[in-house]
Amino acid sequence: MTTASTASNASAVLPVSSTPLLQVQGVNKRFGGLQALSDVGLTIRKGQIYGLIGPNGAGKTTFFNVITGLYPPDSGTFELDGKPYSPRSVYQVTETGIARTFQNIRLFGSMTALENVMVGRHIRSRSTLVQTVLSTKGFRASEALIRLKARQLLEYVGVEHLADKIARTLSYGDQRRLEIARALATEPKLLALDEPAAGMNPSEKATLRQLLERIRADGISILLIEHDVKLVMGLCNEITALDRGKEIVRGSPELVRKNPDFIQAYLGKAHLEHAA
Amino acid sequence: MKAIKPVHLALILVLLILPPIVGTAGGAWVRILDFALLYILLALGLNIVVGFAGLLDLGFIAFYAVGAYLYALLSSPHLSEQFAWIAAMSPEGMHVPIWISIPIAGLLAGVFGILLGAPTLKLRGDYLAIVTLGFGEIVRIFLNNLNAPVNITNGPQGISQIDPISVLGVSLAGERGVVDFWGFSVSSVVAYYYLFLILTAVAILVCFRLVDSRIGRAWVAIREDEIAAKAMGINTRNMKLLAFSAGAVFGGISGSLFASFQGFVSPESFTLFESIVVLAMVVLGGLGNIWGVVIGAAMLAAIPEALRLIVIPVQEAILGPGNAVIDAEVARQLLYGLAMVVIMLWRPSGLISSVANRPKGKAAVQTTNEEPVVPELVTLNAKI
Repeated sequence: MTTASTASNASAVLPVSSTPLLQVQGVNKRFGGLQALSDVGLTIRKGQIYGLIGPNGAGKTTFFNVITGLYPPDSGTFELDGKPYSPRSVYQVTETGIARTFQNIRLFGSMTALENVMVGRHIRSRSTLVQTVLSTKGFRASEALIRLKARQLLEYVGVEHLADKIARTLSYGDQRRLEIARALATEPKLLALDEPAAGMNPSEKATLRQLLERIRADGISILLIEHDVKLVMGLCNEITALDRGKEIVRGSPELVRKNPDFIQAYLGKAHLEHAA
Repeated sequence: MKAIKPVHLALILVLLILPPIVGTAGGAWVRILDFALLYILLALGLNIVVGFAGLLDLGFIAFYAVGAYLYALLSSPHLSEQFAWIAAMSPEGMHVPIWISIPIAGLLAGVFGILLGAPTLKLRGDYLAIVTLGFGEIVRIFLNNLNAPVNITNGPQGISQIDPISVLGVSLAGERGVVDFWGFSVSSVVAYYYLFLILTAVAILVCFRLVDSRIGRAWVAIREDEIAAKAMGINTRNMKLLAFSAGAVFGGISGSLFASFQGFVSPESFTLFESIVVLAMVVLGGLGNIWGVVIGAAMLAAIPEALRLIVIPVQEAILGPGNAVIDAEVARQLLYGLAMVVIMLWRPSGLISSVANRPKGKAAVQTTNEEPVVPELVTLNAKI
């Protein structure tokens, strides 16, 4: 498979550092009678694209939402870049340095593409109500900087020609890329993507792949939930596979691919022989 | 702000010469303009809460009431008559200068905005509307009943003898309705018109600055998608409180102007119906669009009052003197309702929709299918 080989080449060129960036341990989450996550964890090292996979209902998105602060966990320890953080509120997690996108795209529909990215600069800029109302020099400089950086990010993901379009009129693939630009605007250390390739055609997927590799090369680690096994196996240096809220295997794509539990849980029994 | 175009100059000129022209038909017509400006101020405030931040507020008039009553208490003999210690301090009644009382009215309303906002942070949509509706009624009922055991608001009788606003030592109430500005004499309503016009212009400027700022974008983001807004690192709690209180400040200042203009306040000026009228102005003008809201407020404030003045004369002109069939009040309600129905059918997202009014790019071209765009990626270092 060509995609897999290019990815392993890429990781050979850009070695992953051994310093852990995100360390999550012992996460439990219960919804009423359903144990959605039991004692799961992961360690993402700097410069890594980390995959989180599993069949439907495995708890991927729940785990993802816990890490990014959307669902408060019942237990677990969370550490980003050596500092513990509390995943109790989404905006604080973003400020800590984890930015996310959503499985069902959540752009600010009636704002332009540029304004969407400008919103992402919110936590990395400071202007008070008084400064805004008086339109002080500092305020104008800050706004100009926000606008400049937002334009650069649109260019970075390749949608700069759509800057003044209303976000909801953009094509599906462009919306996905715009959402990534908006997340990057928060200057994250870790970019968390929830099924970024969902609904994309092959050429859009190829573009996305290049974009993700570029982001990683620029020093931002990526946590990826994805159904497209080909894409995950090709892109990620390390993978955690979940099933029914439990971790079944963790390791390199080759290791995961050969793990019988994984094959059985994810692809079904019939594939066991095929893989062997 | 962008460069001033001839259109803007013409508009400014019209607004400046409007009162003397309208005034020839009678002071009542200028009075309608004055009230229209007050309503524009109110609607701009509500637009911050409902239009920008998307928080449906049915009790907005409470902030207008807070501002009006605070100004009334600080600028009338009422408190001195009720409390010996205040009378001892100021035997002729409190006459706090406007540059203190109006800002205090705005600030107090802002504090009330936070008081209303804090318990409603987790509510949205219909539930938020119900709670804010209750808040508006609570304020009105308090004003109605705070005349016993200690008489603070004078209950349903309201507070009268409120000082008019004086600018640079010249009272805008004037002598028998004529204000003398160093030789220029204008009628009181005209003098108020110019004051309100200036304040409205400032309010519009403030709104434009807010909406095109970090804060304004955060409000719109919350309106569009609260969870995504949080994921962008926006502290939605603080931003919502800021929206409530910024809107309330507009309401409070507008209320204090109302109290001074009328010289009298009573709880019946602050009913639920008033809240709904102001909300209608915002929705009809175009939620979130500043010019739309200004036009909506001007129309909904001026048209019904104008109808009140012309319904009877028009009928008498057609049917002969004394033959008017439809009562002015009835015709007014009828036409008012009809106008709203027509406008909402014709322009469901308001006179000027905030989205349609955006600078339009070229028609959306979907390039992704034809040519697999592999973008020339700039480096992330350039970004940061």
